[in-house]
Amino acid sequence: MEDRFNAYLLRSEDPGLDSGPLAGRTVAIKDNISTAGLETTCGSRILKGYIPPYDAHVVTLLREAGAAINGKTNLDEFGMGTTTENSGYGPTLNPVDSSRVPGGSSGGSAAAVAAGLADLALGTDTGGSIRCPASFCGIVGLKPTYGRVSRYGLIAYANSLETIGPMARTVADVSALYRVISRPDPRDTTMQGRPYEHDPVASVRGLRIGIPAEFFGAGVDPRVSAKVQEAIETLAGCGAVIVPVSMPSMKYALAAYYITCTSEASSNLARYDGVRFGPGGESQRSWHDAFTAVRGEHFGEEVRRRILLGTFALSAGYYGRYYGKAQTARANVAGDFERLFGSVDLLAGPTMPTVAFRLGELADPLSMYLADVLTVPANLAGIPAISVPCGEVAGLPVGLQLMGRRFDDETVIDAAAAFEAEVTA
Amino acid sequence: MSDGQVIIGLEIHCQLDTKTKLFCGCSTDYRDDGPNTHVCPVCLGLPGTMPAVNRRAVEFALKVAKAFHCEIPEECEFSRKNYFYPDLPKGYQITQYDRPLALGGHIVIESEEGGEKKVRLTRIHMEEDPGRLVHCGGGSRARYSLVDYNRSGVPLIEIVTEPDLRSPKEARRLLAKLRATLEYLGVYDYGKEGSLRVDANISIAGHDRVEIKNISSYKGVEKALTFEITRQRSLIRRGASVDRETRHFVEARGTTTASRSKVEEHDYRYFPEPDLPPLRVASWVDDISLPELPDARRERFMSQYGLSVNHARTLTGDLALAEFFEVVAGDDPLLVATWVADILLGELNYRDRSIATVDVARFRSLIALRKAGTITDHSGVEVLRAVLDTPEEPASIVERLGLAVTGEDIVASAIAEVLSEQPQAVADYRAGKGNALNYLAGQVMKKTRGRADPRDVGRRLTEALAE
Ligand SMILES: [Zn+2]
Repeated sequence: MEDRFNAYLLRSEDPGLDSGPLAGRTVAIKDNISTAGLETTCGSRILKGYIPPYDAHVVTLLREAGAAINGKTNLDEFGMGTTTENSGYGPTLNPVDSSRVPGGSSGGSAAAVAAGLADLALGTDTGGSIRCPASFCGIVGLKPTYGRVSRYGLIAYANSLETIGPMARTVADVSALYRVISRPDPRDTTMQGRPYEHDPVASVRGLRIGIPAEFFGAGVDPRVSAKVQEAIETLAGCGAVIVPVSMPSMKYALAAYYITCTSEASSNLARYDGVRFGPGGESQRSWHDAFTAVRGEHFGEEVRRRILLGTFALSAGYYGRYYGKAQTARANVAGDFERLFGSVDLLAGPTMPTVAFRLGELADPLSMYLADVLTVPANLAGIPAISVPCGEVAGLPVGLQLMGRRFDDETVIDAAAAFEAEVTA
Repeated sequence: MSDGQVIIGLEIHCQLDTKTKLFCGCSTDYRDDGPNTHVCPVCLGLPGTMPAVNRRAVEFALKVAKAFHCEIPEECEFSRKNYFYPDLPKGYQITQYDRPLALGGHIVIESEEGGEKKVRLTRIHMEEDPGRLVHCGGGSRARYSLVDYNRSGVPLIEIVTEPDLRSPKEARRLLAKLRATLEYLGVYDYGKEGSLRVDANISIAGHDRVEIKNISSYKGVEKALTFEITRQRSLIRRGASVDRETRHFVEARGTTTASRSKVEEHDYRYFPEPDLPPLRVASWVDDISLPELPDARRERFMSQYGLSVNHARTLTGDLALAEFFEVVAGDDPLLVATWVADILLGELNYRDRSIATVDVARFRSLIALRKAGTITDHSGVEVLRAVLDTPEEPASIVERLGLAVTGEDIVASAIAEVLSEQPQAVADYRAGKGNALNYLAGQVMKKTRGRADPRDVGRRLTEALAE
């Protein structure tokens, strides 16, 4: 099938195996996940031509499960964006409406699944990068609990926030893919040895679902709010107990998120010096001059902006005021969640404040950062969160976000399955 | 004042002798292998790789901390030290910053006055070694540099002392004690190139401090500090001020030179390594049993073998030497101690050889010959040299060179011959010139080709001259 949406950076022919839990099913892989023998660029010109000599742990697991890996999907460069327009290889278009962005940064994976080019896809979620494109493209996307899927082979953007996660057209498929990729890996010592081995049970009967007022505040499109409120009523109709709650730490979440992720990124991206991989090569200049030139030439604007922000936030004299403070705010967000999960089983709200933007609509970086406000809290706290389609506004998909306790991805998936069953029945 | 107190503190980096690297499974034994043969995606810093801590390296570091009486915090963590350098594949070094593995502790050394001195430690932390640059085309005129990542990721500990040292000699003693202790602990191989690197902070009381970077041997440390003291004192004597700066030690010339200090000021932007959870290893310390360490062994050598403190200190200052001594000590440890500490070590030093290269069986035979009185100390040295330089058995050396102690008649006739051949020396002796006796004794030794016992010759020569 033709890739009319620029979902893929590279397509490959791999038949998969005849047996195994994912036998012969096509899986698209976000291009920040290392694949032995397949060029892996992170959507960046600085990794053009880089062919990893090893498979990420999740890729090894996919191959063993019989999956047919059918290509590497487009993303915002190194995952830095909310639209998949910040790719060094051109934007991906939204299959629902090709004048719109697919969301980001896993926009290529979402578009591949939404367009039917792949059965399943792997995305990565640092501040919403699975859930946002799932919401914008009308598919299901799960950000697992931090420490439940090995990150070995995921090219780091912000290590303490990001996870690899499954994307598919149904909750059942998301669950099936999650089962395969959540196997233990001694090479990632932030893993907690809690593999996901659950079969979804489509039920919310008796579950207490908290609705944080902050998820319906200023900046959220009222039409999106209304659609999500309808979804919550649907859940209530299925036997869930709806509880209004409040999350005061939400107002610090975005700042804590951007300081943390840019700080980590400034360090993670230091290795791209043009010496061992990517373009670079012959230069008569001194090493420092040569690598400065390579980085200036091949990193995109948003990447350079975030490296500068992060470098500043970690600098002597500013560390306490920025990075240090962000960690305090982060602990407060996690504390808020913990408090809420003492009295509710799940939290629900919109995934994104709006429907998919028009291409070019978010030219101003700050307005792009603001679009992440409802997704970043889950990353700061490391909790599981899913986006499941809950209808349309003006013909564009809206996502319902469900968040759960750490390591209780099972309840999140069960509730999403219950909602999906109710609305597709 | 120009004779102000010297104040020295050291930061010592030692490679831990683990089989594999700190964060990956690559072997650390690359000594005989080509560049970039002991590497993997992790230690090459390839995108997407993650570090996993080598448990063995942590155990080794904890052993060192326990041996030096450090406090082990309940939790420690790794941090990233960010800087750009071509030997650093990730653009940062994984090290420990504000939450190190061990705090406090001390190392006991022999003080200038001969007593014991406790040098306090600030901390001990773990970190990874960077790769190694090879400059092609020679020195500063190199046209390009190559990077060898074999060393990248080798575990290091950094031991930081308080500024408790007062002389280059004390600094050397501290390093010798440290090295010996690490070897006793079985965590260190001094023979490996680059296994020890030292940064030294040195000042004259009341003046600014200078840091000397990257001294790679402990002879170098004493030299660099001695040079630096002279330099700083002469500045102060001339009324100039000592600049607070970083200097580099130039091994070949034994001097230090200023580095472009301002340009090299770094802001390392430390932050916790997000890919490694904090380590909770304080409880491991209880399970770590320490072997007998140099101080305890020195005490034992004195009580068990009756050695002098100097012999005991020398012989326990190096693990292999102490083991060698105990193997050959036999039933005359005092004689053996003299031979090993006073004679063998000198011969080995001269040859730049280690104790490990000495053939135990032949050394034992040599001692047996000396003990039986078959050879003198003097000819024993000759035999020892042949033992070190050839595969020949001591008995055969003695026979070949005719070194066996001879009957008195030969000595007597040699004395008689010398006295008649050297009337001037005899006259000088009788006129009270003391060194005439030495000269005559030398002549007698020459005639007996060293087979005679020099003390015996001296005594009998004096008797003959008195007649
Ligand atoms: Zn390695």
